[in-house]
Amino acid sequence: MSAKTLYDKLWESHLVRSDEDGTALIYIDRHLLHEVTSPQAFEGLRLAGRKPWRAGANLATPDHNVPTTDRAGGVAAIADPISRTQVETLDVNCREFAIAEFEMLDHRQGIVHVVGPEQGATLPGMTVVCGDSHTSTHGAVGALAFGIGTSEVEHVLATQCLIQKKSKAMLIRVEGETGAGVTAKDIVLAVIGRIGTAGGTGYAIEFAGSAIEALSIEGRLTLCNMAIEAGARAGFVAVDDKTIDYVKGRPYAPAGENRERAVAYWRTLHTDEGAEFDTVVTLDAAAIKPQVTWGTSPEMVAGIDQPVPDPANESDSVKAEGMSRALDYMGLEAGTPISEIKLDKVFIGSCTNSRIEDLRAAARIAEGRRVAETVKLALVVPGSGLVKAQAEAEGLDRIFIDAGFEWREPGCSMCLAMNADRLEPGERCASTSNRNFEGRQGQGGRTHLVSPAMAAAAAVSGCFVDITALN
Amino acid sequence: MEKFETFTGIVCPLDRSNVDTDAIIPKQFLKSIKRSGFGPNLFDEWRYLDHGEPGMDNRKRAVNPDFVLNDPRYQGAQILLARKNFGCGSSREHAPWALADYGFRVIVAPSFADIFFSNCFKNGLLPIVLEEEIIDRLFRLASEGRALEIGVDLQAQRLFPGDEEIPFEVDPFRKHCLLNGLDDIGLTLQQVDAIRAYEARRKSEAPWLFC
Ligand code: SF4
Repeated sequence: MSAKTLYDKLWESHLVRSDEDGTALIYIDRHLLHEVTSPQAFEGLRLAGRKPWRAGANLATPDHNVPTTDRAGGVAAIADPISRTQVETLDVNCREFAIAEFEMLDHRQGIVHVVGPEQGATLPGMTVVCGDSHTSTHGAVGALAFGIGTSEVEHVLATQCLIQKKSKAMLIRVEGETGAGVTAKDIVLAVIGRIGTAGGTGYAIEFAGSAIEALSIEGRLTLCNMAIEAGARAGFVAVDDKTIDYVKGRPYAPAGENRERAVAYWRTLHTDEGAEFDTVVTLDAAAIKPQVTWGTSPEMVAGIDQPVPDPANESDSVKAEGMSRALDYMGLEAGTPISEIKLDKVFIGSCTNSRIEDLRAAARIAEGRRVAETVKLALVVPGSGLVKAQAEAEGLDRIFIDAGFEWREPGCSMCLAMNADRLEPGERCASTSNRNFEGRQGQGGRTHLVSPAMAAAAAVSGCFVDITALN
Repeated sequence: MEKFETFTGIVCPLDRSNVDTDAIIPKQFLKSIKRSGFGPNLFDEWRYLDHGEPGMDNRKRAVNPDFVLNDPRYQGAQILLARKNFGCGSSREHAPWALADYGFRVIVAPSFADIFFSNCFKNGLLPIVLEEEIIDRLFRLASEGRALEIGVDLQAQRLFPGDEEIPFEVDPFRKHCLLNGLDDIGLTLQQVDAIRAYEARRKSEAPWLFC
């Protein structure tokens, strides 16, 4: 038997059938749903008179449109009628098709990519899909997880399968020890800075190396979350003891004899010695500084000790033009030190960085400090109701509130500004989310992607700072 | 899905790389629970001078005369000519819905983002990858003087700008589905036995996946 990559193993164990040209029907173990990309899929199902193939394989929760402020009025009190309709439609569809849903007022509700792993609904060795590009997140536990479009949501609902072609395999190896203040977010931003936002197109990325092994599962969730920003549909990390411990005891995870069998299987979920990849990229962890994006694409990123780059120094004219346009949009001058960029707002949240470890890291910086006067709003939005409860049990909410942050209800919030949380034109934001595209956080808004610690530091300093100095 | 027939259409040249799905259809329009009606808000932020919101009467809004879609030459365009990494960003299918609803049937670019690429086929849109050189040439042809019309023959895998003939690649399965207007679900449900057999085998190997 030849040596296999983790990707080979995950792929082959889900093959229902394959054609000679490589088109394959693969089986989907877990399907996650939210309110934005599912209504048209349920509509399609209904129109065709179809039923879910296996209702129990689905789990739904509203996240994009839910308000992060007071929810006492329930769904009926969502101010924007269209947002309300989407959330209501999800509730109605889940009831009609007997799909489990954590509704808005359920204490387990949250961002679907936070809820899945937290519930043990995404497990090692699974295929996990969701109508959302950041589904790559779930690869952190050794699953093959990727985002799909609404037609595919309908396809999975109706057949429990997807028609796919196998991607090429890329190995991104991050070796060595990271410096102080360098988190999973900084690692993945550095990776994207290196390979570009199209670098992973056509690939499934396995992250490995000692710096990745050293990450907690939550760190790996952050890492895999942004695989999509490197152009790859899926990113994953091999199963190790941390994965197995992480999964243990979660509501949807196997227990008892089933767990023993599962663990034995999960231990096989790694790349075999000698297996070959189509592409290998290696990064030196020690060389990675805390990262801050300066442009309108996640690849436009620099270390905290660097200046905003100058398009004049870029030899590729298309790239240089893209840089100029980005600087224009961002209202930045080439050559400005990153540490002199001043912020109007700060957002700590999103499926990239809203788990308990993220909030702890931000709270460590915020503790005993005050949000700078020049910062108009600093938001902390936990990823799920359970994360929120845990943070409150640890007193993190008090730390944030005392420092002048707002402490909110779980949801996507200002990651994409579909609810009321957004940037005004020209406002500059330090954000722990994953996309800094034009208008992402509100029309004309300017987003700088950073780690939770850096976001908290920016909130209390009013500008980006080398967080190693604040610790 | 409608069958993809041979046609000749006007080319609209959108000279920007990395056009992301938020630019194709801004997020305030994603809240609809329907599949149609997104066309008037395609490229909304570039196309209009004001900020668009759902429910607005788009015919009354001030259009940006500098945006290519508003150029009188390209009215009724069915072929979008684009630059590299078109459709990057979100997996949301609203982007191909908006393009199709506007009337585009073919998108030609040097490269596409993965998910967007496969979403196109599922919505009757044909994405065609051509070499940068050819794309450059098409941009010149489409931007100079009168609008360029191109014939598209999917069966023969050929584009016909004027007297020229440009071959293109397309996945045979996707081609078959487009030409016959087949939907993926119907096709997959022809494999019911294979799916059941897989499930039975998997259940004995990994029973915890079926709890
Ligand atoms: S937090 Fe942001 S990136 Fe994540 S699912 Fe929500 S909108 Fe998408």
